Amino acid sequence: MKAQHTLLLFTLAATFSQMASAQDDSYGALPARPFTQDFNARGIAGLERLQEDSVQAACNHFAPRNVVQALEQAQLAAIKYPADGKFLGDWKGGEKIAQKGGGMTWSDKAGAENGGNCYNCHQLSKAETSFGTIGPSLNQYGALRGNSPELQKYTYSKIFNAKAYNLCSTMPRFGHVGALTEQQIKDLVALLLDPESPVNKK
Amino acid sequence: MKKRLCEMSAICALLMSFGAAAQSTDAITKEFETYRELMEADNPAEIYEDAGAEMWKAKRGPKQASLEQCDLGLGPGVVKGAYVQMPRYFADAGKVMDAERRIVHCMVMLQGFSEADLAKQPFSKDGYTPDPSTLVTYVAGQSRGMKIDVSRKQSQVAKAYITGMEIFNYRAGPYDFSCASCHGEDGKRIRTQRLPNLSKRGEEAMLAIQGWPAYRMTGGYLLTLQWRLNDCFRQQRLPEPKYGSDTITALLTYLTANANGQVYKGPGIKR
Repeated sequence: MKAQHTLLLFTLAATFSQMASAQDDSYGALPARPFTQDFNARGIAGLERLQEDSVQAACNHFAPRNVVQALEQAQLAAIKYPADGKFLGDWKGGEKIAQKGGGMTWSDKAGAENGGNCYNCHQLSKAETSFGTIGPSLNQYGALRGNSPELQKYTYSKIFNAKAYNLCSTMPRFGHVGALTEQQIKDLVALLLDPESPVNKK
Repeated sequence: MKKRLCEMSAICALLMSFGAAAQSTDAITKEFETYRELMEADNPAEIYEDAGAEMWKAKRGPKQASLEQCDLGLGPGVVKGAYVQMPRYFADAGKVMDAERRIVHCMVMLQGFSEADLAKQPFSKDGYTPDPSTLVTYVAGQSRGMKIDVSRKQSQVAKAYITGMEIFNYRAGPYDFSCASCHGEDGKRIRTQRLPNLSKRGEEAMLAIQGWPAYRMTGGYLLTLQWRLNDCFRQQRLPEPKYGSDTITALLTYLTANANGQVYKGPGIKR
């Protein structure tokens, strides 16, 4: 068993060393996994979702560091910033978005406003005791870091596309894939940075 | 037989108490565990075990045959101990099969049921319990107290295990989720729900298998491992896996073999 596992990893690593010089897009062109034929499209969840994109492929197949860095830079360059140059919305709206789960599953309707699912993985407001631990605690996020324009932009960017900073992060690319709107992300930035937000209260 | 036990007042009162947001995480979990211990002495899933035992013996389907000649891997008609040794390779089908898939196969081959019909509504819904769910609960109950023992000596099973491991770690979909996104590390939670590390052999991996098939108090119906994995793919934002597909069997092979040596306590109860 262990030998087989090692062999598998070795094969994948060899595939990647051959491909390291190829364009980023070639990762998405890797053979579809053996399970594609085992699925049916349902609701808004079409079969195209099974196909890994270049970022997913790089993480699924242990891409070398230079490929990972190039993809991070491409993800960063693709972030769309608000036209009005403002990053801070309303923290009260942000708290509601952070509380709301679901979105983009086959049981969700097309065009429905998605939740941020933030509390599924992060601690935010102290008052909410039902929080997950997949991501780090964000309680006191702004209190510890301030509220500078640079920090506002970074925070917006991180929510828009966490993969721009850590390619194989567990966090979804909420703005990049259109799961959250520009206004929703602004509200979440305010939830994290506004001194009046419960996130930053003692 | 299929009455909605959720209507029992004690259960409903408890379910309502889960909804009380003021309660702390630990208090809710502790209360549920106490309740589960009480309930497991008289688990509603046992009703389905009994129904499944009758169904197993009954002459049913277009061929008016029973399932008593169904081979679950230990020879035709041997049910005891079969569940904890599946998934396994079945030469007559040329496939690795998990218990529920094998039961469907027997219903098709021995009784003449249509596989397509059985796949139309494969999971319990609105008071309806599919026959394979009832039957697999009976079969599972016949392995109560036995150790999980999925052999990977057969090359087909070994291959299914590797495929399952690959699928477990495969990120895809709009949220980039794999099974490992939530179940690949120790000590994690989603909201207040504990997330076992299913890539870790032994007790942690057993948490994927233990208690299934399950009587689920939310809604009050019987659900199987096929359903459990189906709903994981929904939450992963992927399309829907086909009922009894190689993908589900491969994942169940990975998860179950990771739990080898752990004692299976029989069909259970979930909140």
